[in-house]
Amino acid sequence: MPNTKRTRLVASTIAVALGATALTACGSSDSDSKTESGPVSLTYWTWTPGMDKVVDLWNKGPGKKAQITVTVKKQASGDSLVTKILTAHKAKKAPDLVQAEYQALPTLVSNDALADISKDLGDTKSKFADGVWQQTTLGTDAVYAVPQDIGPMMFYYRQDLFKKYGLSVPTTWEQFAETARALKKKAPDKDLTTFSANDSGLFAGLAQQAGAKWWTTSGDKWKVGINDAATKKVADFWGGLVKEGAVDNQPMYTPAWNKAIDTGKQIAWVSAVWAPGTLTTAAPQTKGKWAMAPLPQWSAGDNVTGSWGGSSTAVTTDSAHTAAAAKFAAWLNTDGGALQALAKDSGIYPAATNAQTSGAFAQPPAYFSNQSDFYTEAAAIAKTTAPSAWGPNVNVAYTTFNDAFGTAAKNKSDFTAALNTMQDATVADLKKQGFEVSE
Amino acid sequence: MSSLAVHKAPSAAGTTGATQSRPPLRSRIALVPTITLVLGAIYTLLPVAWVIIASTKSGRELFSTFTFLPGTGLADNIKQLNAYRDGVYWKWMGNSALYAGLGALLSTVVSSFSGYALATYRFRGRETMFNVLLAGVLMPPIILAIPQYLLLAKADLTDSYLSVMLPQILSPYGVYLARIYAAAAVPGDVVEAGRMDGASEWRIFTRVALPMMVPGLVTVFLFQFVAIWNNFLLPYIMLSDDEKFPITLGLYTLLEQGSNQPALYTLVITGAFLAVLPLIALFLVIQRFWSLDLLSGAVKS
Repeated sequence: MPNTKRTRLVASTIAVALGATALTACGSSDSDSKTESGPVSLTYWTWTPGMDKVVDLWNKGPGKKAQITVTVKKQASGDSLVTKILTAHKAKKAPDLVQAEYQALPTLVSNDALADISKDLGDTKSKFADGVWQQTTLGTDAVYAVPQDIGPMMFYYRQDLFKKYGLSVPTTWEQFAETARALKKKAPDKDLTTFSANDSGLFAGLAQQAGAKWWTTSGDKWKVGINDAATKKVADFWGGLVKEGAVDNQPMYTPAWNKAIDTGKQIAWVSAVWAPGTLTTAAPQTKGKWAMAPLPQWSAGDNVTGSWGGSSTAVTTDSAHTAAAAKFAAWLNTDGGALQALAKDSGIYPAATNAQTSGAFAQPPAYFSNQSDFYTEAAAIAKTTAPSAWGPNVNVAYTTFNDAFGTAAKNKSDFTAALNTMQDATVADLKKQGFEVSE
Repeated sequence: MSSLAVHKAPSAAGTTGATQSRPPLRSRIALVPTITLVLGAIYTLLPVAWVIIASTKSGRELFSTFTFLPGTGLADNIKQLNAYRDGVYWKWMGNSALYAGLGALLSTVVSSFSGYALATYRFRGRETMFNVLLAGVLMPPIILAIPQYLLLAKADLTDSYLSVMLPQILSPYGVYLARIYAAAAVPGDVVEAGRMDGASEWRIFTRVALPMMVPGLVTVFLFQFVAIWNNFLLPYIMLSDDEKFPITLGLYTLLEQGSNQPALYTLVITGAFLAVLPLIALFLVIQRFWSLDLLSGAVKS
């Protein structure tokens, strides 16, 4: 979409313009929870569609009792929102509550934009898988957000076309490569899938599955492992497939890609639990022809997946009502009624474990009506999500990914070199921001 | 015309070689700019054609049928756009009209005052002021958006209609244009004559100078209107309440709904198409003032 391109450009322009100002660490403000009485009104920046309806449930129910009113201000998602939050925070005008993707949390925390709400959450932790919860603590004793939705990765394929070409669903990446080659032999104009250099989140998820840890801390120092052995393995694998022409090298989410999956030119998609929603608009003609399977594994018998997407609800340090905001965040993401509404009105896949098998997920998504156990399977896959390791400049790593892998995929050149570029740029930026980095 | 001349030249018993070769030469020169202009027109009109045709396609047709084959979904797309969150699209449209209409109008007023003053009065620091203004013209508004946000946050004005309006009212380019135009279109003698007749400065400005400046001010208005209508970054930074969003921001939220949500392509495309219509209408209506502009300029000089 030309629109996306333009707005992305603009968004990165803000990022550049902000780089000088907002990303310098602000003086630490105290974030002790303020308890108060009397009516409280909170603002909440979120991009989730239908969130206003879910928040209405709160305002009419528990919120009314607790005299906490929440107002939704709908935003556009993406990295540009993080920048917008940081700009607002610089003027001490950030809203009370923000929706933030997991990989954005370290950036927000290192800019002192998020409050530690560990004291206000009670037993909320028990409602989530450890791997999910760990992303909101950043490995500390603090808690900076409540998980909302997750995006465990899965393998989607055209059931009918796999049958037609005599392909079987790959369970290892080796088989995946074989399947891609087999398809090329039988139908040279078709592709199993594409390697999209536009979707850094997808690559990060694949690396996560392979066991990569891109950002880790030891003491006061950050360690960047973007070109570690696990990620290298993933990059080499996809680089090889692109080079030999076994998979396509065009980006996803373009009109051309929509057309390719809608017309069956591409017959599989490595994606996440939210794929049915995307396929509904991207490939409306192929409803009921797709099926979902676990992601192929690096060694047979393994059972690990990565995650692509997912977000949390966080309370900002600018909020004068941290405790009230935390109370709402906990309700939103753990209350049965709220999660039911989030699933129904907003189409999210909840992070809360018991909600994944609740009533809202008894039926498969309409697009996958042929796969009745879709959500049972999805919940089982979600449990196998590998731990993630995000750092304070994911945006820089992602931007470099787009540039370096974009060129590499287009020229079908060496992916390892692109990976090293990504590593170097990320390390350099961390240092520039004033973080200690161990080599 | 030129082709006629080409045919005539040899039959008119070609007097000299020079006259014979001149007409074909001229037509060859005309060919290059014509082709360039046609290519330019195709380059700019193709995306517009794409938007128009794509907005007639239903979600099912959008990516599957031939790109320039009109679809059948226009009415349905508009209906869906109408229904989206209780017609918030039209609210965005209204906001854009307000920001761009009122903003451009106020900006034109300010530009006319300051442009006239800079052109007519001699006062200390005039050149310095004008040079600072020129520097302002060179400064892309994008890099000012964040400082402007921080400034308005101090005044507690962010997330309000004013926050988008205020920074766009003072347009260095508008003032610059108004000054250049006033200097060219309002002769010093006329102002002097007004003073001799005992008219106040205000009266001279409103009754004598302003009518002479109208064509130039129309240009300023148009430029500002388009600039505000298309502006993305400033409202993006300033506003958090989507009820106050202009159309550019609204469409952006439709597109970026999070990775787990389908992008509302058909709505965005139809919305973008409808959002260009006011601009096209504005240009068609105001075009006549522009031809006046050229004419009056020629007469006066």
